Amino acid sequence: MEEILKFFLEYKEAIFIIILSIFLGIEVISHVPAVLHTPLMSGSNAIHGVVIIGAIIVMGHAEDTLSLVLGFIAVILGTLNVVGGFVVTDRMLEMFKKKKIDKPNK
Amino acid sequence: MEHLFSTEISVLEISYLLASILFILGLKKLSHPDTARAGNLWAAAGMTAAILFTILFHKKEGQGIGNIIWIVVALAIGTFIGWYSSKKVKMTAMPQMVSIFNGMGGACAALISLMEFPKMQTMFAAAGANNMFNGEAIAILLALMIGGVSFAGSMIAFGKLDGRIGDIKHPILRIINLSFLLLLLAAVVFIMALKPVEGNNMIIYLFAIAALIYGVTFVMPIGGADMPVVISLLNSFTGVAAAMGGFLYNNQAMLTGGILVGSSGTILTILMCKAMNRSLLNVIIGAFGVSAEGSAQSGDKNVKEISLSDASILLSYSQKVYIIPGYGLAVAQAQHLCHELDNLLESKGVEVKYGIHPVAGRMPGHMNVLLAEADVPYEKLVEMDDVNNEMSNTDVVIVIGANDVVNPAAETDPSSPIYGMPVIKAWDAKNVIVMKRSMAKGYAAIENDLFYHAKNRMLFGDAKATLQKLVAEIKSI
Repeated sequence: MEEILKFFLEYKEAIFIIILSIFLGIEVISHVPAVLHTPLMSGSNAIHGVVIIGAIIVMGHAEDTLSLVLGFIAVILGTLNVVGGFVVTDRMLEMFKKKKIDKPNK
Repeated sequence: MEHLFSTEISVLEISYLLASILFILGLKKLSHPDTARAGNLWAAAGMTAAILFTILFHKKEGQGIGNIIWIVVALAIGTFIGWYSSKKVKMTAMPQMVSIFNGMGGACAALISLMEFPKMQTMFAAAGANNMFNGEAIAILLALMIGGVSFAGSMIAFGKLDGRIGDIKHPILRIINLSFLLLLLAAVVFIMALKPVEGNNMIIYLFAIAALIYGVTFVMPIGGADMPVVISLLNSFTGVAAAMGGFLYNNQAMLTGGILVGSSGTILTILMCKAMNRSLLNVIIGAFGVSAEGSAQSGDKNVKEISLSDASILLSYSQKVYIIPGYGLAVAQAQHLCHELDNLLESKGVEVKYGIHPVAGRMPGHMNVLLAEADVPYEKLVEMDDVNNEMSNTDVVIVIGANDVVNPAAETDPSSPIYGMPVIKAWDAKNVIVMKRSMAKGYAAIENDLFYHAKNRMLFGDAKATLQKLVAEIKSI
């Protein structure tokens, strides 16, 4: 029990952020129309590419060759996730944009 | 904790705060059609800022980021491949692409853990700790486990969507899966209870391999038609893995970004399941297919065919026509021809609309994206409930490459695996024309009684070729 309490105190800031972000995440997308399910999924897919920051940190402090190689691969994979994710989402949404132009002309 | 004040660190933390705000606003905007595209760009801007400032200003124990040249090279390679492949990919293959990118993120999180574990172990060993019960170890192990599962699972999901991997459905897989999951969780506790010994890293590699195997066996038994839901779920997994990385590095941008995706992804997954009128558990355990023998009393039922000229005459002299598109339309890349047919009929005074089932295609919204690409005006796309209200005064319904979403068994046959799923009631219209390559079953692998319905006639052939001929035929009338 004491271990748990200690753990909570030690990481209280992170725990607060985690809990609040969970509620925020639920709230933010709770009214999304079905049409946008796919682009939203793709967009949030790009956002978790933020893991690349970890890859950059780990590579930035890599000393031996193995970590350098693994870090290099990790940064490439993370970049793929970020760039690919955002570009694919943009391509999906680009197609929705046309209806906005169509509407005022009606 | 006393921090020495440093302008650089402040700027870095402010950039993380900015990134978090942009992620939140981006997600918010992404859930409204009018602002979605801007939302995506906002999130991308936040990401760019976070990456740039990390490279410039991040410090660990007073040391800045080294190996910058290699980092920039890796960023350039990743950007080039990511940009090129997502610009080149066909609209039909988008779901696969999302799955791959998701897997890359998971793999990235897992690799970070693989590199941090030995460091952590060395550090604790030097400090003379008796075990590894602490926040860092939890974060490393969970990021490795979840990231690994997400990577392996996404690759399998990609293979299934791409038609490279079939389903393996066997009840025993459920037991294997469950025991594997328990084994992994037990391994997390076991590894943390170990006494840290420098260089004793074999266990972490075994753990990584086990996570990868679980990723494969987790997705393998789930039906191909459910892959969108699985990708969405794995997407939220990767979010959690990224957040674990944020916990490890005490990095708020990673923490908020990851958790936001984790929680919104979970809700999105549940929403997708709701659109199919099923529960998440039902999808994962895979009721589909297992009891797929539902309405298997086919055999002596008659299928009527319609000739091209009959079809063209029927269409030309109708008042109101509904087109129900499905994955077949996407595969055949026939959306432009579909729009051409629609224009042609409109020029003859026929009212043409599209009936969009929420889960038609391989992903929710797939058909909207596809038809928008062919410049079909947004007003012509009608949602399922409204379509069903209009069916009785519709002259002809053309079903192009759709199957399960127009299957009457969902309403009439309680033994059918899709029973209860809302469908478009094509059979309520006066005539139905189903365009299909063959009598093969749909993705849910079940019989469709609509094909044998008295009002229905089949137009066999590839959707693109058939539409081409149909358009030519109507022009010649």
